[in-house]
Amino acid sequence: MSATSAAETAEARGTPLSRLVAARRAAYRADVVTDDPPQLTRGSASRRLTDQVARVVMWASFGLAMVPLVWILGTVVARGYELLLASSWWTLSQRNINAADVGGGAVHAIQGTLIQAAVTAAISVPLGIFTAIYLVEYGRGRLARAVSFMVDILSGVPSIVAALFVYAVWVTTFGFQRIGFAVCLSLVLLMIPVVVRSTEEMLKLVPNGLREGSYALGVPKWITITRIVLPTAFSGIVTGVMLGLARVMGETAPLLILGPYTKSIATNLFDGYMPTLPTMINQDRTEIGLDSAMERMWAAALTLILIVLALNLVGRWAARRSSVRR
Amino acid sequence: MANRLKVEDVNIYYGAFKAVEGVTLTFEPRSVTAFIGPSGCGKSTVLRTLNRMHEVIPGGRVEGSITLAGQNLYAAEVDPVAVRRTVGMVFQRPNPFPTMTIFDNVVAGLRLNGLRNKSELADAAERSLRGANLWNEVKDRLNKPGAGLSGGQQQRLCIARAIAVEPHVLLMDEPCSALDPISTQAIEDLIEELKTDYMIVIVTHNLQQAARVSDQTAFFNLAATGQPGKLVEVGPTPRIFEHPVHESTEAYVSGRFG
Repeated sequence: MSATSAAETAEARGTPLSRLVAARRAAYRADVVTDDPPQLTRGSASRRLTDQVARVVMWASFGLAMVPLVWILGTVVARGYELLLASSWWTLSQRNINAADVGGGAVHAIQGTLIQAAVTAAISVPLGIFTAIYLVEYGRGRLARAVSFMVDILSGVPSIVAALFVYAVWVTTFGFQRIGFAVCLSLVLLMIPVVVRSTEEMLKLVPNGLREGSYALGVPKWITITRIVLPTAFSGIVTGVMLGLARVMGETAPLLILGPYTKSIATNLFDGYMPTLPTMINQDRTEIGLDSAMERMWAAALTLILIVLALNLVGRWAARRSSVRR
Repeated sequence: MANRLKVEDVNIYYGAFKAVEGVTLTFEPRSVTAFIGPSGCGKSTVLRTLNRMHEVIPGGRVEGSITLAGQNLYAAEVDPVAVRRTVGMVFQRPNPFPTMTIFDNVVAGLRLNGLRNKSELADAAERSLRGANLWNEVKDRLNKPGAGLSGGQQQRLCIARAIAVEPHVLLMDEPCSALDPISTQAIEDLIEELKTDYMIVIVTHNLQQAARVSDQTAFFNLAATGQPGKLVEVGPTPRIFEHPVHESTEAYVSGRFG
């Protein structure tokens, strides 16, 4: 700014500097400004070709990415839908039903999956959200960096490692039984980083102007966070929680290691085996060649997909009900 | 008057960087003070120290004394939250809370500080919206989202929100820079009215606005980029515009730089 004003002053006085500046400007204008009419027609042939190629590549990639998705969904629905139509699927367990028999239902596995998911969420959602709040709103310096680093590491932990870790602590070290709650603990390890990272991103999206607007009204920081920042980010946080939940509901490794399958209804997290949809799928998968088992496997898979879908819909509905008003 | 706001020998830092140096000035109750000066000279920074908003930024630090009615705002026993209740602020960009209705926005400061009584809240909302010249425009849609208003209405909503908590001082950081001339006119008229109750400090890049609304004008400048900003001179607005003491003030108010 000061350079321009100095040049302008010099120009007014007619010094050598002003002549230099005038010459530069003239040269610059000659370079940039021409009297040719602007080109308003379509670009050159090569440019149109590039456009076409890019368009084809993009659509092809999209199509390719859709193939496995549609394929899996199509297969699961086609092979599994029949059992779901029977009311017994939603009301009965597999108790006293041999692998080769038909009949029974999946209610024991559905209950187990829902209970474990609920308990996992009840532990990891508060922990994850509080951690994210700490990282975004309070965390400074070394501790925050360490926490953030740990979350990164945790999000890279394979589920089987999380499961074996809990096994090492729960069964080997403390000598406890393999029970549903141990499964939940290992799922918590997998869910927390998802919740932390997504919540963190959503909190960062809340404009600082809102926080300052609240502080300027004499509102304390913690009320600003609970009443202004969290509601503003609510829908994004819910989406993140749902993603985390979808991830842990499909996890199988911790269930195989810590929560063995049983065909009966078992809802006690703290005693005995606990059936879930992934372990039911795994159980029937081992009965290769038995049509009844194969059919149950596909039906259980479809049930799991539907439950995750339903939870996502509920989450979206909740997010829409209480969030940013337009 | 007893409820003066006095700034004495204030230096302001962002981390190790000294942004503003050696500011001393006094604000009188029921008067409007305008801060003018080129970008980056520290006007907003000084403004934000008056309600301890500066320290919200990591590394923000203030030296010197700022007293309101004789109490040092930076004394150890002073709660910054209480300071901000006394010294309200309106920002450059209107920032209504997006999850709240117009009504909820206006009473946000009261409600978030624990006021529950519905009729008191309704009274405060009407009083503040009338005070901000917005009541007639929004009285039929108090339950609509605040973010649905026009930019000028949003800014008046933010002013209503600020005066709802009944502060002693109202700070305005370029409140009209995002607004069209008609909304600007509305805000300026409002400043004229609010001045009968509040002490107002306004940062503006619009010299005509400073000349129109303020009783006292403070000109800030900085020697060069990277140097701290300084208060060049302060005085009654007509004097600053007509008979500035410093050459740089003269140059700035006559439009020769900045």
